[in-house]
Amino acid sequence: MLIRAVLHRIATGLVTLVVVSVLIFLGTSVLPGDVASIILGQMATPESLAALRSTLGLDQPAYLRYFMWLGDLLSGDLGISKAGSGAGTGGTPISEMIAPRLANTVHLAGAVALIAVPLSLGLGLAAAARAGTRLDRSITLTTLGLVSVPEFLVATALVLVVAVYLGWLPATAYVSGTETGTALLKALALPTLTLVVVASSQIIRMTRASVLNVMSSPYIEMAVLKGLPRRRIVLRHALPNAVGPIVNVIALNLAYLVSGVVIVETIFAYPGLAKLMVDAVQTRDLPLVQACAMIFCSAYIVLVFIADLASILSNPRLRYPR
Amino acid sequence: MSPPVDSPSDISHSQDGSRERPIRRLRFSTAGKTGIAVILFWSAMVLVGPWIAPYHEAEFLDEALFIVPGLDDPYPATDFQPPGAVAWLGTDYLGRDTLSRLLYGARTTIGISLIATLLAYLIGITLGIAAAAGGRVLDSSLSRLNDAVLSMPTIMLGLVVISAYGSSLPVLIALTSVIYASSVFRIARAFGLDIMVSDFVDAARVRGEGLGWIIRHEVLPGMILPMASDFGLRFVYIILFLSGLSFLGLGVQPPQSDWGGMVRENLAGLPYGAIAPLVPALAIATLTVAINLVVDDISAHHGGKLAGEII
Repeated sequence: MLIRAVLHRIATGLVTLVVVSVLIFLGTSVLPGDVASIILGQMATPESLAALRSTLGLDQPAYLRYFMWLGDLLSGDLGISKAGSGAGTGGTPISEMIAPRLANTVHLAGAVALIAVPLSLGLGLAAAARAGTRLDRSITLTTLGLVSVPEFLVATALVLVVAVYLGWLPATAYVSGTETGTALLKALALPTLTLVVVASSQIIRMTRASVLNVMSSPYIEMAVLKGLPRRRIVLRHALPNAVGPIVNVIALNLAYLVSGVVIVETIFAYPGLAKLMVDAVQTRDLPLVQACAMIFCSAYIVLVFIADLASILSNPRLRYPR
Repeated sequence: MSPPVDSPSDISHSQDGSRERPIRRLRFSTAGKTGIAVILFWSAMVLVGPWIAPYHEAEFLDEALFIVPGLDDPYPATDFQPPGAVAWLGTDYLGRDTLSRLLYGARTTIGISLIATLLAYLIGITLGIAAAAGGRVLDSSLSRLNDAVLSMPTIMLGLVVISAYGSSLPVLIALTSVIYASSVFRIARAFGLDIMVSDFVDAARVRGEGLGWIIRHEVLPGMILPMASDFGLRFVYIILFLSGLSFLGLGVQPPQSDWGGMVRENLAGLPYGAIAPLVPALAIATLTVAINLVVDDISAHHGGKLAGEII
């Protein structure tokens, strides 16, 4: 039964991925203002536009272009970045552009996850264990404030304090790829810190809520009435039932990092995948936008799937789809 | 046409409601009251901001205003000036008055967000009820499509659409309302399904009411209240989303002022300690935190009432 439920989720995830690819393709490809007119710019004549469109394959019907694009994508060919190509120069393969950027983003996200997850679990559990006390109230208020302000405020405030007034770290995070050791750490520090603050406050709030939710259930009351020590109640009775929701929270918030990454990479000029995508949006480099969006959405769907899996494993009732 | 049948709304309105079911009055905490005050303040600014603004949003302040008597400098710098008598909140990177731009921007930022939220609710509730009341095929096709929209990070969807259509106010509003309609849809559908299988809807059906009547008189009134507190949260998300887009340079386009955009255009002043990028960011923060405080109070009230009914 468990395997069937998991297979069911995998199938749903795959279907969602296909629908997402259609949406991404539709969102960009059926629209006016294609790359041909951008490449030619002011030199465009109707004839040269038509000629360039047919060499780029832009004159095919939309559904054919979708299957061509999907087939290329599945075989690992992400296509050619069109805006990079002058008249007849061929452009840059997108996979070459993406690989180093993806590595940078994975470094950033990995560093954030390594710091944010233990930190916010600790704080969330502490707040839940001492619910109603001053510690709990200060954690709750701080995180409420932090989740309701835009990421760029957190980032600018950190730059102002750490880089401008204290002068400890550089205000931008340009990485050329040759940095090692301290230089790399210094460049990564501020973007990581910003994302840790943003992601942690979400995880703390949801961890606290899910533990409190478990703690308010009747069997915990029963355990209290039996006179069990508080330590034993939290560790033996509450925690096993809160693990699923908490893993769920962590996976969901790592997925949520996707949007945080876009803002943070832009603000610090960090050469990651999200910055590449924002630049591609500004130059209307549609193939590049599509490729980046597919990577981000796949990562997001995988993380949401993990969250789902965690809740299935921890709650047997979810194994039987109604 | 048909004898009156008791539905929950009939009961509470029939006689003196306070006797049958004591309705606990919504009491706001200090934090909630502060939130309401801040929200009222910004609503007033949306209405009168452009009239009380000392300058126009696109007006470059004259150098003559910044001449310091005694200093022999006929051409003083006007950009990134600290707060003073001429410009209460200083000037921005082009020497425009930050306070004026903030007041004009209130109308843009809050106005667009509000329109987008209302539109998202209109779309979400309409489709949600359609899915709940319209049969299995409609329900599952709408739900699958909705899952796909929900499974994309909002900012990605925004970037893809803006890369295709460019950025203009109609595109921004349509994009935002469609993205956030998907979460409204999910809630509205859940409530709608719940209500559609309730006894009072069965009763209405049995006495021969049409689907339209049932939706208008039973389903809609039943979901309005719980969805109202969601409205506040959704509004906050939309403000943050639109400000994020503006911050990336993909939202409201200059010279129109908009809080997210104001942060972006003045970022260059940050290393010199200019407050121009901080003021609009703090404005966004005050509004969103205020809404969250009020929503927290309201949902605590609901929670309390629910718990009271269960016990």
